[in-house]
Amino acid sequence: MESLIGLLVAAPLLGAAVLLCGGRRLDRTGHWLGTGLAFLSFAFGLVLFTDMLGKDGEHRALHSHLFSWVPVGDFQADVAFQLDQLSMTFVLLITGVGSLIHLYSVGYMEHDERRRRFFGYLNLFLAAMLLLVIADNYLLLYVGWEGVGLASYLLIGFWQHKPSAATAAKKAFIVNRVGDFGLSVAIMLMFTTFGTFAFGPVLANATEAGESKLTAIGLMLLLAACGKSAQVPLQSWLGDAMEGPTPVSALIHAATMVTAGVYLIVRSGAIFNGAPDAQTAVMVVGAVTLLFGAIVGCAKDDIKKGLAGSTMSQIGYMVLAAGLGPIGYVFAIMHLVTHGFFKAGLFLGAGSVMHGMNDEVDMRKYGGLRKYMPVTFVTFGLGYLAIIGFPFLSGFYSKDHLIEAAFARGATQGWIFGSVALLGAAITAFYMTRMMLMTFFGEKRWQPDENGELPHPHESPKTMTIPMVILAAGSVAAGFIFNLGERFVHWLEPVTGYEHGHLPEPLNVPLITGSAVTAMVLGVALAWVKYGRRPVPAVAPRGNALTWAARRDLLQDDVNHVVLVRGGEHLTRSLVYLDHKVVDGVVNGTAATVGGLSGRMRRVQNGFVRSYAVSMFGGAAVLIAATLFMRAV
Amino acid sequence: MSTMNTVHSLWTMAAEPAGKIDSPHIEYAQLSPTLIVLGAAIIGVLAEAFVPRKSRYAVQIGIALLGFAAAFAAVIALAAGGHAKEEAQIAAMGAIAVDGPALFLQGTILLVALVAVFTFAERRLDPQEHGKHVDSFAAQGSAVPGGPAEQAAVKAGFTTTEVFPLLAFAVGGMLIFPAANDLLTLFIALEVFSLPLYVLCALARRKRLMSQEAAVKYFLLGAFSSAFFLFGVALLYGYAGTVSYAGIAEVVEGTRQASDPALAQTMGNDALLLIGGAMLLMGLLFKVGAVPFHQWTPDVYQGAPTPVTGFMAAATKVAAFGALLRLLYVVLPGLRWDWRPVMWGVAIATMVIGAILAVTQTDVKRLLAYSSVAHAGFILAGVTAATPDGISSVLFYLAAYSFVTLGAFAVVTLVRDAGGEATHLSKWAGLGRRSPLVAAVFAVFLLAFAGIPLTSGFAGKFAVFKAAAEGGATPLVVIGVISSAIAAFFYVRVIVLMFFSEPKPEGPSVVIPSVLTSTAIAVGVAVTLVLGLAPQYFLDLAGDAGVFVR
Repeated sequence: MESLIGLLVAAPLLGAAVLLCGGRRLDRTGHWLGTGLAFLSFAFGLVLFTDMLGKDGEHRALHSHLFSWVPVGDFQADVAFQLDQLSMTFVLLITGVGSLIHLYSVGYMEHDERRRRFFGYLNLFLAAMLLLVIADNYLLLYVGWEGVGLASYLLIGFWQHKPSAATAAKKAFIVNRVGDFGLSVAIMLMFTTFGTFAFGPVLANATEAGESKLTAIGLMLLLAACGKSAQVPLQSWLGDAMEGPTPVSALIHAATMVTAGVYLIVRSGAIFNGAPDAQTAVMVVGAVTLLFGAIVGCAKDDIKKGLAGSTMSQIGYMVLAAGLGPIGYVFAIMHLVTHGFFKAGLFLGAGSVMHGMNDEVDMRKYGGLRKYMPVTFVTFGLGYLAIIGFPFLSGFYSKDHLIEAAFARGATQGWIFGSVALLGAAITAFYMTRMMLMTFFGEKRWQPDENGELPHPHESPKTMTIPMVILAAGSVAAGFIFNLGERFVHWLEPVTGYEHGHLPEPLNVPLITGSAVTAMVLGVALAWVKYGRRPVPAVAPRGNALTWAARRDLLQDDVNHVVLVRGGEHLTRSLVYLDHKVVDGVVNGTAATVGGLSGRMRRVQNGFVRSYAVSMFGGAAVLIAATLFMRAV
Repeated sequence: MSTMNTVHSLWTMAAEPAGKIDSPHIEYAQLSPTLIVLGAAIIGVLAEAFVPRKSRYAVQIGIALLGFAAAFAAVIALAAGGHAKEEAQIAAMGAIAVDGPALFLQGTILLVALVAVFTFAERRLDPQEHGKHVDSFAAQGSAVPGGPAEQAAVKAGFTTTEVFPLLAFAVGGMLIFPAANDLLTLFIALEVFSLPLYVLCALARRKRLMSQEAAVKYFLLGAFSSAFFLFGVALLYGYAGTVSYAGIAEVVEGTRQASDPALAQTMGNDALLLIGGAMLLMGLLFKVGAVPFHQWTPDVYQGAPTPVTGFMAAATKVAAFGALLRLLYVVLPGLRWDWRPVMWGVAIATMVIGAILAVTQTDVKRLLAYSSVAHAGFILAGVTAATPDGISSVLFYLAAYSFVTLGAFAVVTLVRDAGGEATHLSKWAGLGRRSPLVAAVFAVFLLAFAGIPLTSGFAGKFAVFKAAAEGGATPLVVIGVISSAIAAFFYVRVIVLMFFSEPKPEGPSVVIPSVLTSTAIAVGVAVTLVLGLAPQYFLDLAGDAGVFVR
C-alpha cells in the first residue's frame, strides 16, 4: 500500500512531463492523457482510502520513505510521505475535483490551440498539490507549496497574450512570494528550534519549545497561509487571478490550492495550540477576510470576481475555524471539503454561462438564462443553495458547525467571532442571491459583441455538464453524509484532535441554527428586494461610498499602491540617492585615491638601476632596523 | 653532530693536510631529481657542441623534456617511497634536505619547467625569416643588436638552442634552492639558477636592446642582493659557528653552546644573528619580488623574452618561497617574535604597493609583473602564519599560481602585430570579438589572478588568508582582502577591455600557435580549473607535505 502513495504524485507528474516535453504530436490526444492520469491518481486515492477504512482510527496513517534528500551529518531531510486521514481527505478532494475539472476542461478548452500545454500545467498542479498534502516534513511541503505557486502562475497567465492576464499572473506570484517568505522563515525557525523538519518530531515536541518560539513560528505560518489562501492582507491577487481560464479558477483558486493555507494551519495545529496569541491572530485574519471578501462579492458585476470574493470569504470562515483550535480544526476541514464541491461547481457553472455568452463576464449583461441553460441553471442553483447554507445542504452543516464553534470559544472573543460569522452568512446569502438573480432571472440584458451579434446562449457539451452534475450532487449530499453520526469528526479526530465546545449561556444549538437560517433568509430577501423585484440596470448605478470602495476591492490595490509601491519607490529613490552620493562617492573617491597614488608611485619606477639599488639598500636598512627594533621592544 | 663537524671542516679547514678529508657520502638516489636535471643540462651543452646544427633543436627539446620528466618521475618515486614523510632525511652530508616541502616544490618546479619547454620551443608565432621558422630567442646572443653579425646570423638561420641547457641549469639550481639545508648550499643554488636566468633574459629576438637592458638590470641588482645575502651568511656563521640550518637553529634556541674557539668573540651575539638574518631575508625577498626589493620585476618581466618571463615568474617564485619557508621555519623559528612583525610589514607593503602600482599600468607584461608583486605579498601573508597550515597553504598557492602565470604569459605571446608581441593594453581592446577563445582563456587566467571562486586563485588565496587569520594575522588578512579588491579592478579592466570595447582597425592579430604553446595554455587552464573546482585533493597533498625535516 505504501508504494501507492508515491504513485499518487507520480501519475500527474508523468503526465506533466510527457505533455510539456512531448511536443506537437500530442496536440490531438494529450488532453485525454492528462485527464486519464488525473483519474488514475483518483483511483489510487480511492484504493488507499478503502484500505484506510479497513483499519482502526489510530493506525490509519501510512508512511513511505523514498530517499534521503539532504543528508548532512545528524540532519536529515527526506523525501518521505505520510498519508493520514487529513492528507487522505485532501487527496480525495484534489484528485476527485481535479479529475472532474480535467474532464470539464476537455470541453472548455476545445478551441484553444495550446490545450496540450494547459493540461500539462493542470497535471503539474495536481502533482505539486498532492506532494504538498502528503509530504511528511515541512521542507518537502515547501516544495509542493512552491510547485502549486508555479502552476498557479503559469495558469493564471495562460492567456499571456492578454496583458491583463500576464500582469495578474505576476501579481499573484509576487504577492505569494511574501507568504512563501513567511513559510521559509517558519521552516528555519523550526530547524533552529527542533533540529528537524519532519511533522512527527516537530509537532510531538511543540510544547517543549516555549510559547514565544511557537508564537513566532505560528505567525510566520499564518503569513504563509495568508499568501496562499488570499487572506487579508495578502488577498489582493485572488481577484485578478480570475484572468486565468475558468477551470483553473475552479480548481486552483476555489477548490484546492487556496485552501493550502488552511491545511498548513490545521496540520501545524500542535504549534498553534501552544501559541494562543498566534491563534488569535489567525482568527482575526479569518474574520476580517470573511467580511472583506463578502463585501467585495456584493459589489462585483464580473461573475468570476464575485465568486472570487466569495472564495476569499469562505476561506476566511475556514481560517477562523482553524484559529479556534481543536474545537474548530475538524469543521475548518469539513467546510473546506464542502466548499470544494459547491465552489468548484459554481465556477464551472459560471464558466458554462460564459461559454454560452461569448465569454461575457459582466452579470449586468446576463439575465433570464435559466430557460436557455437548464442544466447549468440547476447545478448552479444547487451550488448556490449549498453555499448560502440552505437547510440540509452541504454548506448548511459545515457553516452551522463553524458558527457554533466560534460562539463556543466563549468570552468576548466567542461573541465577536460568532457574530461576524453570522453576519457573514447573511452577506453570503445576499451576494449569492444577487448573482443568481442577475444571471438566471429577470429580463434579458444581452449586449451584442464586437461583431455586432447578440449571444446565442446554449447548453454546454456533456464533458462540461457531467462534472457540474457530479459536483452539484456533492454540494447537496456531502454535508449530510459527513454529519451523519458525526462521521467526519470521528474520521479526523485522531489527527487533528477534537474538543466539543460548550456554548455559553444563554446560547444553545437550535438558537444558533435558527439565527443562521434567519440571517440567510434576511440576506436572500434583501437581494430579492434589490434585484428580483426591480429590473437590474444595465449600467451600474453610482452607489454610495461603500459600494464604490467595494467595487475597488475595498481599496486593496490603492492601499498596496500607497504603502508598498509609493513607499517602495521613495525607499528606492532615497537608496539610489544614497548610492549615487555616498556609496559612489566613497567608491569613486577610493578609486581616484588609488589611481592618484598609483600615478605618483610609478615615478619611483624610473628605469635607472642606480635608484633601484638605492631603494634596495634603503629597504635592507629598514629591514635590519625593524628587526633590531622588534628585539629592543 | 658529526654531520655538523664534517661540513664545518669541509669549508673552513681546507688548510689541513689533504689526507684528513673524507670523501663525502652522497645519497645519489635521494638527490636523483637534481642530478638528473643537471645531467640533462650537461648533456645539452655537449649536444650543443657536437650535434649538427639542423638537428640540434629537436635533440635539445628531447633532452630537456626527457630530463625534466625523468626528474619528475624521480620526485614521485621519492614521495611514494615515503621520503615526504616518515623517511624524510638530510642528505649529502647535511647539505640537502629531502622532505615533504622540498619534494612538493621540486615536483611543481619540474612540471612548470616541462610546460616552459613547450613555450621555449614554439616556432610558429613569428613570421618566417629567410624561409625558416624562428622562436622567441635571438639568432645569436653575442651579436650586437642590429649589427652585421646579427644580420648574418639571421640570414644563416641560426637559432639559440642553448636556451634549453640554460633552462635545465636554472631548473637544477631551483631544485636545490628550496631543499638546501645549509646557507652555502643555498647561496650556490641561488647563483646556479640566477646566472642562466640573466642570460636567458638577454636573448629576446625582438627588441633586443630592451632585453639586454633588462638582463643587465637583473644581473646588477641580483648581484647587489647576493652581496647582502652573502654578508648575511657570514654574519650568521659568526653568530653560530656553523652554516648548517639545524646548527644555527640550535644556537638560536640555546641548546648548543659555542664550539669553535676561533669564534668565541662573536658566537651567540644577537646583533649578528638579527642583522645577518635580516640580510639573508633581504636576499630571498629580492628573488620573490617583495617590496621594497621589487623594482626589477616590471623592467625585467617586460624586457625578457615572454616564454622566459613566464618561466621565471612561475618557477623562481616557487623556489625562492620554498627557501624562504625553510629559512623561517627551520633556521629562525626561535626568532619568530622578531621576524614576524617585520615580515608582516613586508607582506602589507608588498600587497598594497603591488596592487596600487598595477592600477595605472598600460603594458600587459608590466601589469602581470606588478600582479606578481601583489601575489608575492599574498603568499607572504601565508608565510607569516608560522603554522603547519601556513606552510601547506603557501605550497598550494605556489602550485596554483605558477600555472596561471605560465599560461597567462603564454597567451601574451600569441597577440602580435607587425612589431612582435603587442603588449600595450590599448591594442588588446576588443580582442574578445576577434578571438573569443584566446580572450576567454586569458579571462580565465585573470579571474584566477583575481581570486574568483571556481578558479585555483580563489582556493589558494582562501588557503593563505585562512592560515594567516588562524595564525593571528587578522589585520594582514583584512589588508590582503582590500588589496585583492584593488587588484580585481585591473584584472577585470582587462576583461572589460577585451570583451566590451570596439576592436581597433589596425589592432594586433592572434597568431595560431603550434601544438606546443597550445599544450602549455591548455595545461594552464586545466590546472587552474581543476585546482579551482576540486582543490581538496591538492590541499591535502600540500598538507601532507607541510613538515620540514630538521
